Amino acid sequence: MTAPNHNWRKFKNAFMQALTFVCAILVVTPLILVFYHVIREGFSSLNWAFFTQLPPGPGEAGGGMANAIVGTLVLLVMAPLLGVPVGVLGGVFLSEFGGTKLNWWIRFAADVLNGVPSITWGVVVYGLMVMPMHGASTLAGGVVLGLMMIPLVMRTTEEVLQLVPGGYREAALALGIAKWRTIVQIVIRTALKGIVTGVLLALARIAGETAPLLFTTGNLGWAHKLTEPIAAMPLLIYNEATGPYDNWHRQAWAGAFVLLMLVLAINIGVRFFTRDRFRSKI
Amino acid sequence: MPEPANQLPNPAPKPQLAGATALTVRNLSVYFGKNTAVKNVSLDIAAKAVTAIIGPSGCGKSTFLRAINRMHELNPEARMEGEIKLFGDDIYSRNVESVTVRRRVGMVFQKSNPFPTMSITENVTVGLRLNGVRDKRILAERTEQSLRMAALWDEVKDRLNAPAISLSGGQQQRLCIARALAVQPEVLLMDEPASALDPLATQKIEDLILQLKKDYTIVIVTHNMQQAARISDFTAFLYLGELVEFDVTAKIFTNPAQKRTEDYVTGRFG
Repeated sequence: MTAPNHNWRKFKNAFMQALTFVCAILVVTPLILVFYHVIREGFSSLNWAFFTQLPPGPGEAGGGMANAIVGTLVLLVMAPLLGVPVGVLGGVFLSEFGGTKLNWWIRFAADVLNGVPSITWGVVVYGLMVMPMHGASTLAGGVVLGLMMIPLVMRTTEEVLQLVPGGYREAALALGIAKWRTIVQIVIRTALKGIVTGVLLALARIAGETAPLLFTTGNLGWAHKLTEPIAAMPLLIYNEATGPYDNWHRQAWAGAFVLLMLVLAINIGVRFFTRDRFRSKI
Repeated sequence: MPEPANQLPNPAPKPQLAGATALTVRNLSVYFGKNTAVKNVSLDIAAKAVTAIIGPSGCGKSTFLRAINRMHELNPEARMEGEIKLFGDDIYSRNVESVTVRRRVGMVFQKSNPFPTMSITENVTVGLRLNGVRDKRILAERTEQSLRMAALWDEVKDRLNAPAISLSGGQQQRLCIARALAVQPEVLLMDEPASALDPLATQKIEDLILQLKKDYTIVIVTHNMQQAARISDFTAFLYLGELVEFDVTAKIFTNPAQKRTEDYVTGRFG
């Protein structure tokens, strides 16, 4: 009995396996490069003044990003006020109510919105809020980021609610528990970690958004009221990085570093929140 | 209620030997879209007795069961005709909410489904708590009472606050029975409650059913004919959505009136 020659098949197998590995590495490489550069340039530019002082004028030495750090944190508090309730309730509707056809359209619309270039959101809110209010404002910035969160939160909420086995809904309904109580106390409670994860990931996503803020927040000093313009880190980084002054460039690197750490912290928070107690896939 | 003249005659709906009647089912048909799952079924289910529904897969057993507590309505395509009365009350009357029916008719499912976010106690009391019962004394009383009735108390009394999913499969199913009993239903529906369990756990569930029938009306769907023969007082044989025969269990298994029943219970088909 002659052994069949498997060499060609073995070669193809090895080649394709190597190809998948290279592609996987290609995903990680840019991340490592970005981290390396931002940490090297950013960390060395970081000092106490960065967190306490206002941005330096053209050519001035020193200064910091205190207003933009506060501004970004304020926006990250405001955006979920709009994005989370609307997004979560919309996700509940998609998962638990509605007809197949209607939900298909809502889902389609949410997916399209998730793909809309972020600058478009900025233009829309510019037209709806900034122009009527005669100027950029913290409120407009919070609204634009909140609007961007809605489709993100909606779709992840729907997906994690769908992962809750139908048997739990049936068990609750068969006990004579009303449908809304079943949804709140059984379905949402079972999927709560997944929903929180979705919200945190949406926050991480909008934390670095720059384009929508170009039209909405302005980029000045301190805001004392929600109707006043506010500075935000991504926008300030953009301005300083594209400016001609060396000190600005250092500030931009430091800003990029802090922003990256913020997003990283949110992602680590997600991992922490979902660790082991996270049963099965929910 | 006079039967419509164009209806086919139904098999005798009420076997001899029955005591009080818990459920009166008349001309029940259930449709899912264009499919008919249950066709024109009429029977009386005796109170404080075990009635088994047997038949091959897809014969409408589960649909029949779910029509009794209106669970089939979860399927938006479902539609029913006919009448079901629970101790004289029409459960499909326009002013009766499905929630009210389900508080009177509890259900245990094939796959045990204790809520994973809740402890053992919380699972037992969930039906009460989410219907507004706050009194801690009542909740504690009902927890012990229900777990005792479900023959689970001795096994879990020292860890009532442990997560429900830390229990074994058989214990989880008995917890689900305790959860259904805690809201004090009048009828308990069981949809193949032991088919996912090992023989020992199955035997415990069967012993439990025999205990429970002293206080409850039980309707059980089962694939296992030995199980039906062991635990039920009455047996209904459904085939292709129709009620072929309904009688005292001993008669169904030893001297059925219909040829198809005999073929099925002797294992010639199904």
